[in-house]
Parts: sequence; structure tokens; C-alpha cells
Amino acid sequence: MFDNFPLWPDRASTAAGNVDALFIFLIIVSGLMTALIFSAVVYFAARYRRRRGVPAEQIEGSTPLELTWSIIPLGVFIVIFAWGAVVYFKSRTPPRDSTEVYVVAKQWMWKLEHSEGQREINELHVPVGRDVKLIMTSQDVIHSFYVPAFRMKQDVLPGRYTVAWFRATKPGTYHLFCAEYCGTQHSGMIGSIVVQEPAQYEAWMNGGTTGPLSATGEKIFSELGCVTCHRSDAQGRGPNLQGVFGKPVQLADGRTVTADENYIRECILDPGSKRVKGFQPIMPTFQGLVSEEQVNALVAYIKSQSQPIPTGPRTTAAAPQVQDMNKAGSQVQ
Amino acid sequence: MSDSTAVGLHHEHRPELLHHFATEEQQRDSASLGMWIFLATEVMFFGGLFCAYLIYRGWYFGDFAAASKSIDARLGGANTAVLICSSLTVVLAIWAAQTSRRALLIGMLILTMLFGVTFLGIKGVEYKAKFDEHHVPGASFSFAHEEIPGHPGQYANPRHAQIFFALYFIMTGLHALHMIIGLGLFAWLLYAAWRGRFTPEYHTPLEIGGLYWHFVDIVWIYLFPLLYLIDRHK
Amino acid sequence: MSMATATAQPAGQTIERENYLNKHYGVGSWLLTTDHKRISLLYLLSITFFFFIGGFFALLIRLELLTPAGDLVQADTYNKLFTMHGMVMVFFFLIPSIPAVLGNFLVPMMIGAKDLAFPRINLLSWYLYIIGGVMMLHCMLTGGVDTGWTFYTPFSTAFTNTKIVEAGLAIFVAGFSSILTGLNFIVTIHRMRAPGMTWSRLPLFIWAHYATSIIQILGTPVIAITIVLVAVERTLHLGIFDPKLGGDPLLFQHLFWFYSHPAVYIMILPSMGIVSEIIACFSRKRIFGYTFVAISSISIAVFGFLVWAHHMFVAGISVYAALLFSLLSYSVAVPSAVKVFNWTATLYKGSIRYDAPMLYAFGFLGLFTIGGLTGLFLAALGIDVHVTDTYFVVAHFHYIMVGGALMGYLGGMHFWWPKISGRLYPEGWARLAALIVFIGFNLTFFPQFILGYLGMPRRYFQYPQEFQVLNVLSTAGATVLGVGYLLPMIYFLWSMRYGKPAPDNPWNAAGLEWKTPSPPTTFNFKEEPIVTWEAYNYEELDARPDEEAPSVG
Repeated sequence: MFDNFPLWPDRASTAAGNVDALFIFLIIVSGLMTALIFSAVVYFAARYRRRRGVPAEQIEGSTPLELTWSIIPLGVFIVIFAWGAVVYFKSRTPPRDSTEVYVVAKQWMWKLEHSEGQREINELHVPVGRDVKLIMTSQDVIHSFYVPAFRMKQDVLPGRYTVAWFRATKPGTYHLFCAEYCGTQHSGMIGSIVVQEPAQYEAWMNGGTTGPLSATGEKIFSELGCVTCHRSDAQGRGPNLQGVFGKPVQLADGRTVTADENYIRECILDPGSKRVKGFQPIMPTFQGLVSEEQVNALVAYIKSQSQPIPTGPRTTAAAPQVQDMNKAGSQVQ
Repeated sequence: MSDSTAVGLHHEHRPELLHHFATEEQQRDSASLGMWIFLATEVMFFGGLFCAYLIYRGWYFGDFAAASKSIDARLGGANTAVLICSSLTVVLAIWAAQTSRRALLIGMLILTMLFGVTFLGIKGVEYKAKFDEHHVPGASFSFAHEEIPGHPGQYANPRHAQIFFALYFIMTGLHALHMIIGLGLFAWLLYAAWRGRFTPEYHTPLEIGGLYWHFVDIVWIYLFPLLYLIDRHK
Repeated sequence: MSMATATAQPAGQTIERENYLNKHYGVGSWLLTTDHKRISLLYLLSITFFFFIGGFFALLIRLELLTPAGDLVQADTYNKLFTMHGMVMVFFFLIPSIPAVLGNFLVPMMIGAKDLAFPRINLLSWYLYIIGGVMMLHCMLTGGVDTGWTFYTPFSTAFTNTKIVEAGLAIFVAGFSSILTGLNFIVTIHRMRAPGMTWSRLPLFIWAHYATSIIQILGTPVIAITIVLVAVERTLHLGIFDPKLGGDPLLFQHLFWFYSHPAVYIMILPSMGIVSEIIACFSRKRIFGYTFVAISSISIAVFGFLVWAHHMFVAGISVYAALLFSLLSYSVAVPSAVKVFNWTATLYKGSIRYDAPMLYAFGFLGLFTIGGLTGLFLAALGIDVHVTDTYFVVAHFHYIMVGGALMGYLGGMHFWWPKISGRLYPEGWARLAALIVFIGFNLTFFPQFILGYLGMPRRYFQYPQEFQVLNVLSTAGATVLGVGYLLPMIYFLWSMRYGKPAPDNPWNAAGLEWKTPSPPTTFNFKEEPIVTWEAYNYEELDARPDEEAPSVG
């Protein structure tokens, strides 16, 4: 359309097509319904305009009609619900082997750290065609990580991790907005997602790095003395953390939980709450002694202790995968 | 119904019948329904607190158990007995009004209020104890080295215990506020009873005041075990 | 407030008949009244006042948004503007408006009663509203609040320095006003119906207010306790909602939305009741599917309590919770759709007039349909992820609350104005105003759907350049809309002195309220009515040609 007057957002992720397809379906359904109601109202209002000597006809109602126009819309609604649920489920289920990026939101900026170690502020470089999983937390209030071009949004909470993922399909620079009101500079808490061709991305990545996040985590693990109790043999006073990530853990109070990012984080900041069975409650809390970024690094390190073979992130070929994800929306390009 | 423009016309009715009602029965039924609806709103009001409490108790059960142990269940139990007795005296007061026993009515109302004051007094003793032990949430809160019942050697998380105490004070405080309002209501009922306003035909204020009092009692019946009796057997 | 109300006499002879307006004079007679009709006028003045305050904030917001840069006001000021626009409009205008003005006036009359069940509680309800309003005004004048009307934690409890506690307490007090109104209506409708006024003969306006009252009494206490918790947490630095102290910010959201979602049904149900009355009268027939429309009102009230977490799909709730709430949200859409179909079907084979109330009802049908349909978009999980917290949501709820509730309210004010004031408003101006409102409204809010899908977030006072054209369109529409709202203020006031005296039933409408004089006497009816006819007996009314409605305006 006009140059600075877009009417439709960029479509730059695999999810965007799915969301747009459902949106267009809803526009059609709503358009039809609106047209139906509008034309019925206009037609009846004109056709049955008050005329002398022509009284209104008292019609009590029609139960069959009521049932029809209750059940049919309900049926349509269920279809919309189901379609929306499928799109949502996909958007909330990051694929395995996604590249991970840790995000820390604070008033009023986004701090991002790649697993490979690059740090960015208010900007995120990603290669086309790669699954990227964002592991996010906030240092203060609730924020929300929103990339319209990816049709992706996830609130970022203090005190826990939330996760979002995307796979970019089109190189370019796209808006990043904070979408949960967070104070004075809420509308200034914006940035860009820079999607690059894989070659360009590699070039960018190699231009200055502090080493992978997990290596930073290993350093912190040693500096803070974690290694004294969490030994890799069976003699530590704390559980052996090798291979623990992603597996079920038996707790002292009888429950079983999965050792995911939130669990590791909780153990660092609030050790008593989910103590592992068979160990004494002697771990001190590190609340206030580690920053969110340091917690992220530790989590990355512990994760790295669970990967079978260290692999580099996989870049999937763009075209076939994109079609795969777009099964639902066949008319989307 | 009399239109007030028609001067001098006035139906014969008891002075208690308000003009916008057609009959005394309508007035009485309306007052009763109104009070029940008001109590429904109170259920929702306290309900939000109970909801928050149950969620945190589920998440931090051990810490809550430790905190619960530190409040005095004997005092809480005594208060439960006091309130139950006060509900009895309320019922007796209404019966007294229904059977024209003015002296008994006044006596029961006074006794109800005494029970209410006793309740508040015991509550005051409890609050003071919490204040002295630094269990009042805020700057001077401290809850270190309190064992979780049934888990020797494991200590409660003070931050979670503080949530228990915050909810304890808010819930029992709100309840106590309702008690105080109840006492105010009953003071007015006492005055009206003393002035002879209640008869077997008309004692609606007593009935709806009684409903309110019973409600405040029932809230306590839920508060007491939830707050005071977590894992007491351990 | 003296008013010369005249019976329609030829040749300029006017007799001042005693009615509720001129019965007693003096400020005291108004401030201590227990007459439900006078109380409704007290409310009318107060809510109109707050409407203008909230509207003024909206004007400033739209002016700021003319340009992409934040250049009219500072960031903090803008944050306060949209917060207070929301709080004032929701708690001090929309929630009370129809029930407290038209409900108070009409509920007793429609059921054949002299007053509400508890007239003094009715007056207390107004005073609570005023106290809450004064507190809110004071709060705004001494610094205001900047949390958004939704005051999410931990921002509102631990990070902002604005006057949260005061604003919260103002809303707390006003909330009790709402609770008492609902309580009064329920008892009145149950216990004070005239002989023969069975449940199935009740006007749909009454059914709508009954459903609304259920929500008011069951929902409002929950936000009351939420405000208490926020106030206590803020003052004593507790950790109920603060994760740093072991609390959960999502608990706040659940408690907040448990009320605030049903609250939107408090805002729309009464308006739907008005639309039923207007469409029936100006089509001269009973509403199609009366029973279904009545049951729909109750269903909306009940189902409305089950969907609150659809405001939290991206907040961090589990996928399974999201699925459940999405499904339930579609169920609440069905009764609303059923109503729209029934109203449309009522027009079929009717005898339709285009007086101003009917134009507002038509406007309602169109705008509520669009607003409701966009609700389907938001309930779809996949879409909501993209459009939640954007201008799409802003457009959606303004379509319902302004395009729906406010249109209904204005339609109702026009419809019952002759009864309330004893005067006729100028019909030509009223039709013009209805048209201006409809056009201005769509111009203001339709572009916001597009803005939202493009990705413009809510509560932004600066935005990327490419969003400007749509924002300018929206602001242009807002000025037109403002004119459309000013017109009725002016001509209603004008009519109180210069309007033609109204006959008792200028529309020849059905309903007990029209069997009283315009304006009514203090106790409404000379004798208690005994109802032997069904609601909307238009056939009977139209069969008497000598009582055909005189031309209005």
C-alpha cells in the first residue's frame, strides 16, 4: 500500500502464517455475520417501516429457530476454538534442540544473552530458519516480549522463567516491543530482532565473544563454591548435577518434579522448598548474591552437563521446514 | 396505597410498616432476603482471602505448619467456644422476643455482647503475643530457626512464614472488624429492646442482626481449623 | 430545582401538577431524599460529571497520539492519563450509569411498586459513590496513579510511587455503592412486584437488571478484597504478590480478573435491557423469543464468572488452563449472539419508526455485533497471543462499552426522558446526534483494530512512524464523537426549560411506567396496579386508534 501506511504486519516467522490464516478465517466469518445482521436490520427497517393501517404482526418466537441459531454458532465457535488451540499449542511448544537465548527484562530495557556467549541490549540477532527458544525472566516488574512480525508474545515475570520460541523465515529487522505496562518508559522499551542469512549471522557471532554461556556458568559454579558439595562422584553433600537436567527428581517431601529451568533456579534461590530426597537441608540460599544473568549462566552450565554429545546448533534448511509448519494454513505463501 | 397529595388519608397500620411496602409480611421478607444477599457478598469478600490462603498453604505447607504451630490453639479454641455460645444467646434472644420475655431478651443481648467483647479480648492477647515474638509482618519480622513439624532438622522459610502471618492478621483482623461492627449493631438492638420496640409481631431487626452475628461466627469456625490446626498432631 | 410541569392544555393554560420534581424544594429535600426517582437524578448529575472528566483524559490521550513522538505531555503524565481515564470511566461512569440512573428510576415503576425495597440504602449507595468519587478526584488532583486501571503487581505494590492506596480505597468505597444497588434491585424484583406481575410478565429491562445485580453482589466483593490486599502489601511491604518475598504476581491477576471480567457484563447487560424495550416499542411488537432473551441475560451473568483467565493467556498460565478458559469464553458468546438474532427478528413484520431512541438501538445492534465478533478473535488462543495487550483489545472493548453500553444508555435516556423530566427533547437534533456519534465512533475505533494487528501495543505514548496515519484517523474520529456527546447534554438541558411538555405516554409504549404521569408523582401510582396482561402488549395498545402517539418533537 502506501509507503508508510502498512495495513498488514510483516510475516517473518513460521507461526505468522498460521496465525494469519486463522485471522483471515475469522475476518471472513465475522464479515459474513456482520453483513448478515446489517443487511437484515436495514432491510427490515425499510421494508417494515410504519405505514398507516398496517399493524405489526405479533410473533412470539420460534424454538426451532432459537435452537438453530444457538447450535450453529456454537459449532462455528468450537471450530474456531480448536483451530486457535492448535496454533497456540504449537506456539507454546518449543522444538527440541532449539537454540537458547536467555532474556532478562528490566525497567526499561531488554538484556539478551546467547548460549554462545554474545550479549545484546535491545537487539537480538538470529539466523533465518533456526528454532530459537527464549528463556526469560524479569529483574523487577512484569514485562512482555512481543515481536509482531513473528506473531509472538510472552509475558516476562519476576521470580520465574517463562519460555517462548520462534523460527524466523525472512531476513530483515523487526520491531521488538514491551507489551505489558511497566512504568515510565514502557513505550521506550523497544528494540529490534535482526534476522540474518546464516552466513551473515556466523560472521556477526564471531565478531567478539566472551565464550559460551555455559562456560561462564561453570566459572560461577566454581567461584561460588557450588562444586564443593555438588561433586561429580557419589560423595558430595549435594546431589550430583551431571545428567540431571530434564529428568524427574524425587523430593524429600514425596513429590516428584522435573528438573527444568525453573526448578534449577528455585534450588539456587530458595533451596529448602524442593529439597532432593536423601540429602540434608544444608544448602544456603544465593538470593541476593547472584544476578539474574548469573543464574541464567548457571542454568546453562547445568544443562550443558546433561547433553549427551556437545553439538553445535543445527540450522535447518528454510524452505521444506516452513512448509511443514504451515500445514494448517494452506493458502499462506 | 395513599398518594400523599390526598391530604388526611392514612391507612390503619402499625407504625413499623414503612410506606413503600404493601404489607408487613413483604417488609419482613424483604429485610430477610436483603440480609441473606448481604451475607452472600461477605462470603465472596472473605472468599478471596480464603482462596489466597489455600493456594499459599498448598505451596508452602511445611512453612505454614511451622507458623501455625506458633499461634496459640488453646486461645483460638477458647474463642471458638465463646462464639458458639454467643450464637446460642442470640437464638435465645430472638426466642425471648417471640415469646414476649423482655427481661430474657435484654439479658441475652447483653450476654451476647459480653461474649463478643471476650472474643476480642482474647484476640488482643493473641495479637500481643505475636507482636512480642516479632511475628507481625513488616520491618521487624523474624522467624528464624523454627522447625517444620514432622521434619526435624528442617527449618521453615521465613519469607513463606511471613505470608502466613500476613494472611493470619488480615483474615482474623477483618473478622475482628466484623465483630466490632456486630457489637455496634447489638448495642443498637439492646437499646431498642430496652425501649420495648420488639414484640412477637415485630422483631425483624433482631432476626437480621442475628443472621449477621451467626455469619461472623461461621467465618470463625472456618478460620480456626485452617489457621490454628495445621499438622498439630506432629 | 423548580420545574413548571404542565399538563397538555390548549391555548397556553398551564397547571402545575404536583410531581416528584416539584413536590419539595430546597437542597435538603434532594440531598436527604429517599425517592428513587430523585436519587436517580442525583446519580445522573454525578456520573455525567465523571464522564466529562474521563472524556477529557481521553481527549488528551488522543491528542498526544497524533504524533509518533511523545511531545504533548511527559511519559509519566501520559501514564497517569490513561490510568485515570480507565479508572474513572469504568468505576465512576460505566458501572453505575444505567443501573443507578435508569435502573433506579424505572425498576420500581416497571414492576408496579412505590419505591425500591430499601430507599434509605439507595440514598446511602449514592453517598458512597460521591465519597468514592471525591476521594478519586482528590487522588487525581494530588498526583494521580500511573499503573493502568488494572494495577498489576508487583509494579503497583512495590515499584510505583503514585497514589495507589488512595485510588484503591476510592474504588473500594464506590464498589460498595455498586453492591448496595444490586442488593436493592434483587430484593425489589423478588418481593415488590405488583399483583399479577409474574416473572414471565416482567419487561426484559428488569431481567437484564436482575442479571446485572447478581454479578454486582457476587463479583464486586472480590475486587474489594483484592484492593485491600494491595493496599496492605504496599503499606507494610508484605509479600503476598511480590515474588521477591515469596508471593505470586499471577495470584493478583486471577483475583483482579475474577471481578473485572464479570464487571464488563455489569456494563453491557443493562444496555441490552434498554435495547429490548426500545426495539419492542418502535417495532410495535413483543420482542421475538422473550423467554430466550430473558434466559440469555441470566446465562451471560453465570457464564461470565467462568472466563476470567482469558485476560491471562500470555501471562504465564499453563497451556491447559488456557485451553479451558478459551473454550468457556466461546460458550459465553452464544447467549449474546442469540440476543442479537432475537432483536433483529423482532424487526421482521414490525411497524418501525426511526425516532432517536430507535436510531441509538440500531447503532447498538451494529456496533455491539462488531465488538462481540472481535471477542471471538480474542478468545482464539492462537490469535490472542498476537493481539493481546495491543490496540486490537482497546478497539474491542470500546466497541462493546462505548458502541454498546453507551449507545444503549443514550437511547434509554432519550426514550425515558419525557417520563423523567416531563419534557420532550428536540427530535431533529437527537437524530443528528445519533448519526454523529455513530460516524465518529467508527472513525475513532475501527482504525484501532488495524493498529492492533499491526502490533501497536497498548499504553504507548510514542510509537513507530508507520502507525501515525491510523492514529490520526482515530483522533479525528474522537473529535467528531466528542461533538456527538456534547449535543445531547446541551439539548437535554435546553428541553428542561424550553422543551414541549410531554404527555404521559408519548411513544404509546407498553410498560407500567408509562401509565403514570410525566413526570410521575412521588409514589408513582395512585393505586397499586393489578397486572392482567403480558409484557409488550403492543397489539392491544395499537388497537386503540384514538390514543395513537402524537408526533414527538
